[in-house]
Amino acid sequence: MSEVKKPVLEVKHLGITFGGLKAVDDFCLEIGESELVGLIGPNGAGKTTVFNLLTGVYQPTEGTYYLNGLKMNGKRTHQVVRSGIARTFQNIRLFKKMTVLENVIVAMNMHMSYSLFASVFRSKKFWREEAEIEKRARELLEIVHLEDKADYIAENLPYGQQRRLEIARALATGMKLLLLDEPAAGMNPTETAELLDIIHVIRKKFQISVLLIEHDMSLVMKVCERIQVIDYGITIAHGTAEEIANHPEVIRAYLGKEESEDLYADN
Amino acid sequence: MNPLNIKMPKEKKVSYVINIFGVLAIFLLLVLVFESNFLGGRTTYIKGICTTACYTIIMVASLNLLTGFMGEFSLGHAGFMSVGAYSSAIVTNALIGSGIPNFFLFLIALIIGGFAAALTGIAVGIPALRLRGDYLAIVTVAFAEIIRVAFCNFEVTGNGKTMSGIARLSNFYWVFWVMVVCVTIMYMFVRSRFGRTVKAIREDYIAAAASGINVTFYKVLTFTISAFFAGVGGAIYAHYMTAMIPTNFNFMYSAEFLTQVIIGGSGSLTGSIIGATFLSALPEAMRQFSQYRMLAYSIVLVLVMIFRPGGIFGTYEFSLTRILKKLLAKIKQHKSDDKEKHS
Amino acid sequence: MSLLIQSVVNGLNQGAIYALIALGYTMVYGIIRMINFAHGDFIMVGSYTLFYTIPLMIHAGMPPWLSLFVAISVCVFVGVAVEMIAYKPVRKAGSMSALITALAMSLFLQNLAMVLFGANPKSIPAIFTLPVLEFFGVKIQSKYLLTMSIGIVIMLALSIFVKSTRIGKAMRAVPQDKQASTLVGISVNRIITTTFALGSGLAAVAALMYCSTYPRATIDMGSMMGLKAFVAAVLGGIGSIPGAMIGGILVGIIEIFVKVYIAPGWYEAITYGILIIVLLVKPTGIMGKNIGVKV
Repeated sequence: MSEVKKPVLEVKHLGITFGGLKAVDDFCLEIGESELVGLIGPNGAGKTTVFNLLTGVYQPTEGTYYLNGLKMNGKRTHQVVRSGIARTFQNIRLFKKMTVLENVIVAMNMHMSYSLFASVFRSKKFWREEAEIEKRARELLEIVHLEDKADYIAENLPYGQQRRLEIARALATGMKLLLLDEPAAGMNPTETAELLDIIHVIRKKFQISVLLIEHDMSLVMKVCERIQVIDYGITIAHGTAEEIANHPEVIRAYLGKEESEDLYADN
Repeated sequence: MNPLNIKMPKEKKVSYVINIFGVLAIFLLLVLVFESNFLGGRTTYIKGICTTACYTIIMVASLNLLTGFMGEFSLGHAGFMSVGAYSSAIVTNALIGSGIPNFFLFLIALIIGGFAAALTGIAVGIPALRLRGDYLAIVTVAFAEIIRVAFCNFEVTGNGKTMSGIARLSNFYWVFWVMVVCVTIMYMFVRSRFGRTVKAIREDYIAAAASGINVTFYKVLTFTISAFFAGVGGAIYAHYMTAMIPTNFNFMYSAEFLTQVIIGGSGSLTGSIIGATFLSALPEAMRQFSQYRMLAYSIVLVLVMIFRPGGIFGTYEFSLTRILKKLLAKIKQHKSDDKEKHS
Repeated sequence: MSLLIQSVVNGLNQGAIYALIALGYTMVYGIIRMINFAHGDFIMVGSYTLFYTIPLMIHAGMPPWLSLFVAISVCVFVGVAVEMIAYKPVRKAGSMSALITALAMSLFLQNLAMVLFGANPKSIPAIFTLPVLEFFGVKIQSKYLLTMSIGIVIMLALSIFVKSTRIGKAMRAVPQDKQASTLVGISVNRIITTTFALGSGLAAVAALMYCSTYPRATIDMGSMMGLKAFVAAVLGGIGSIPGAMIGGILVGIIEIFVKVYIAPGWYEAITYGILIIVLLVKPTGIMGKNIGVKV
């Protein structure tokens, strides 16, 4: 997969400082169309901070980033999502007391246009849009194999299914770039395999690019075309799985020197 | 999968018709009770209680939009009510001699009250809704107190004294239908993409933003709608009481509404209706115990919080359609049982 | 000039009262993250206790201020009872339930007082009979100076208590990390109860100060004063003890000055305006620390 594609995401020297501490520094990344890139690094390396920067949760103190050539700096989270970047969360954030179907439909709100008056008077447009959206939401649930759980309350789903529901919800925004924050965390091998299948299917079906944070090195090595490694907020390596696996810096960061054990302590 | 139905689904249509008939039945029953002079000399008094119940329902249901569906507290609902009450009273005082029929004057009062309160709601909501939880609750108290102090200082609102001589335009039959319309609109709002979005924000505002929802917009929108109906409630109040003083709309009155929302069940509009009806009618019916009313409220509230934190109805919505369906099913069951017996 | 000095003294007196009440809010909020709406009503409880016990004291030939100790006992009892009966069961149910329960307790205390004592205000007999001092033509009530000093002494004592005693240290540890506190052998429940006892005791002192300035007890005196004291606590930075003192004094002085010099009818609006501005601009107040949300 070495052919050059037009980048969907272009990140240039992104950085953020929290009270004098550089959480992410000089972060550069390019993701091409329907490419799957992995972002790895030890605990506390700044991976989730990168996601928070890319989704407008934090505003970068340095650098810029572009989605399909459009500058994203200064946009608030919902605006970023509308432009086409959606994400999942490391510590699952579903709308717990709502049904599985509703969880997906909420993310489609921006594709609905009926007005307040239409909802009060229950106009034709209201019923048409509601029916269309429900149909599409059910299709998305099918992709993540949750079609028969549509009427369950989200918090009652098992852990692995909650993670898949988060993916369906992200898909519902109709994004071009999907950020997955440790989607396989806490999953057993069967569930992980199913997840990989789903990722494969959605990439093919929707032509989207994926940036994946993952702790499980073997998983990243298996699925990602390119991998970027960060530690202490600084990119220490990037390249193909093979290159990364043999990179001395990466080995040092992951296996650790004697004195860097505290790296694993903070999260 | 269902085929794409462009029109209203049939079962919805049936349920709307059933509900319309239900409301009509209640209305006709009340008309019958009042017009047949069945209550004798107490008719006017009972009518008054029913009017009170109606505007209380509007107040409680609109507060429930915030508390139950958006998951945020407002302890300043009486403040918005007072904005509606005073603004509508000022306008009707100016229009009263102009020959506009009472019914239209009352409508104008409601609309003015609602919009004045809604505008205040926007002005309060935009800054205040940056806060959440108890800080938001306390800021709504602060805004309501500022509104109260303002009305105490304005010439037109009586300079802190009673503003009296407001035209008595509220009439139970009109107020009943105003209440029905208001609650219906709120219900439609909750059961739409707007209500769904607001509930999502309640569940997790970070995830809601990450789903492309403009959290601030929907919060301010809901806050404004809630304030609008509080203003409508206030307009009814003003034109029913015909005299008022800013201290009527104090912190205690706001707290009373919140109490009724919580006891009725935050997140259930029918809970609000039932809660508001009982809690405003019962103490009136037992006048001699009226001083114990708030005492009883507070005890019930603490007990509800300890034993049933979701309120008595929780998020359960009372549905006429569901009951009718169950009844029909039972009748069918009965018939088939009979048939089996015969055969 | 004389008006200015008098206003400063009045402001400080008022501020000392707010500060004492604000301490109660801030300590409870610091430890269980709950706005104890009923705290203001503890002052009402204290004031009614004073109303009923001062005549007894005078009758028994004792100085009226001894009633303070009765008021403190009653307030501590009420405060601890409220915490044990109503707040403890809902502590784990989330901040919304806690807030409603606190509101319910406030309503309960006020309406219980209404049933027990009636709606009419009660005028409280003079607690101190002290002369009016005159410096260069400025008249100053010496009882103000006395109540102010009581306030200052109590605040200093509280600061020392929280800084250097075992219980005080535990009171500072619990808000930082409840689980860790349990691990090092602190009984969190006991500390919370102690905090309520302390806070309500302070409310009784505030009641004495208030009643010596405005000798009237009403059913709703606590809720409005409580709200303003809460403003003071927020202004100073909620959870911070020195913050509550600074905030209280500031609110007191601002209120008196607006009342005297700017717009007598609007002084309450100004107080609430301060609250709104502080919460919107710097919700952590003057002395507070930042708490962010982790995504």
